[in-house]
Amino acid sequence: MNNKKDQAAFHLMLAPSIVFLIIFSFIPMFGIVMAFQNYIPAKGISESAWVGLDNFKFMFQIPDSRQILVNTIVIALWKIIVGTVVSIVFALLLNEIRVRFAKKFMQTVVYLPNFLSWAVLATVVMNIFSYEGPVNAFLGWLGIDPVLFMASNHWFRPMLVLTDVWKGFGYGSIIYLASLTAIDPGLYEASSIDGANRFKQLWHITLPGLMPTILLVTTLNLPNVLNAGFDQIFNLYNPLVYATSDIIDTYVYRVGLVERQYSLGTAIGLLRSVVGIVLILSANKLAQKLTDYRIF
Amino acid sequence: MVSIFPVNFTLSSYEKLVSDSQFWRSFMISVERVVLGLIVNMMLMILAAYPLSKSSKQFRAQKVYMNIVIFAMLFSGGLIPTFMVVKGLHLLDSIWALILPGAVPIANVILLMNAFRAVPKSLEEAATIDGASQWRILSTIYVPVVLPTLATVTLFTIVGHWNDYFSALVYINKTSNYPLQTYIQQLSVDVQNITDPQKLIEYSKISNRTLNAAKIVISTLPLLLIYPFMQKYFVTGIVVGSVKE
Repeated sequence: MNNKKDQAAFHLMLAPSIVFLIIFSFIPMFGIVMAFQNYIPAKGISESAWVGLDNFKFMFQIPDSRQILVNTIVIALWKIIVGTVVSIVFALLLNEIRVRFAKKFMQTVVYLPNFLSWAVLATVVMNIFSYEGPVNAFLGWLGIDPVLFMASNHWFRPMLVLTDVWKGFGYGSIIYLASLTAIDPGLYEASSIDGANRFKQLWHITLPGLMPTILLVTTLNLPNVLNAGFDQIFNLYNPLVYATSDIIDTYVYRVGLVERQYSLGTAIGLLRSVVGIVLILSANKLAQKLTDYRIF
Repeated sequence: MVSIFPVNFTLSSYEKLVSDSQFWRSFMISVERVVLGLIVNMMLMILAAYPLSKSSKQFRAQKVYMNIVIFAMLFSGGLIPTFMVVKGLHLLDSIWALILPGAVPIANVILLMNAFRAVPKSLEEAATIDGASQWRILSTIYVPVVLPTLATVTLFTIVGHWNDYFSALVYINKTSNYPLQTYIQQLSVDVQNITDPQKLIEYSKISNRTLNAAKIVISTLPLLLIYPFMQKYFVTGIVVGSVKE
């Protein structure tokens, strides 16, 4: 009927968003050519000399590049594994709380850190674990020498994982809680008639019921192995712990923007996003195969 | 010596804080950013999500637009080329540099698009028979129906703008124009340049820690105030947006 008018309305609705995407997403994509140039800001993209794959070759020759890649993947994997396990356990425990008020209160408390920025939390974490902070005060009380947690290559990674999980586990548990409520209560009744105790119910009903969600969330986490958490590390680290905490994103920031090596920064960024896309697309395929879910 | 329990409880750092003009300047910049950013994001998000939620039968170009949006989500020029575009538009040092590059939050558009898809088709058909235009259908039927999801997205948007310190670090050169989180972030930045453990210990002794703590408390207060009211919405919003039956 009014089809022409409808089509026009739809195009008009999308127009402003598309304009913004063109300016701030698509035009920057042309900047990627910098990765193949020796970009000099005074000359601009059109005048700078082409160097082919030199930036990429140089990237692999930097002595730190291996270390950075290892840091990124190790930190990200630990965060994913510990984060998933803690979220599931927390959802299971919370599900057992029968007092409504207590449950709501708990949820409010554990979801909250997710909404605070690392700029703020980092300052708090640094104070708590500082040389004279409460943690070291407690260790001193136990007769243990103070530890420089934030300046020790031995402690820094565990600190990253610990604080990241603390910030995110409540929020991560929401999806598991939701799928727990979707498990048929009839199964529990039937099993208790058959004499199954709570632990057996957990093993034979709850965990299998959660399995599809666990599988899905884990699959969707796959692309994050190159994303070890810029905000957190950038706000917490210092040159003393670069060896164990410098990740691709923090490195690109320092090389590209602070040291103004635009071409090298762009090249590393490009390689990272290409691998990232491959991971996202594979996760999407995998999730579709395993659980019939599609991100897009 | 710091212990687990507070000693010598005092409000004097809050008194000192009141007179810190840069802190309040940054606070107001953050408020301005949240208000402007929320308006821009919500307008674009709703307007983009609605046509995208239509089937390609109802909106012939739907697939084309969807591919554009997904491509923009997956692939980006990266930090440095984006910086140069912002610089080229002479947006550096203005509040728009913090808002416009992220004007279309694609993840939220997709969340909202899924919510729109779940709205019963019969509502729209009834309105079409009454002669309502698409604009009217969107504003009087779809938006009210997806209110819980909109509340979720609103919370995410407010939190996102309030918490972002990084774009100001990149796009704002004058420290007097920093929003609050960037200002807070700069408090701890001195520590990052210390390379000697001994210095780090000394630093932690001399920092005026209570004043910084007071700044942090004030900077999180706005979130702590809105969060409890939004919580019931975002839990359903997340679940509806992520679990598709």
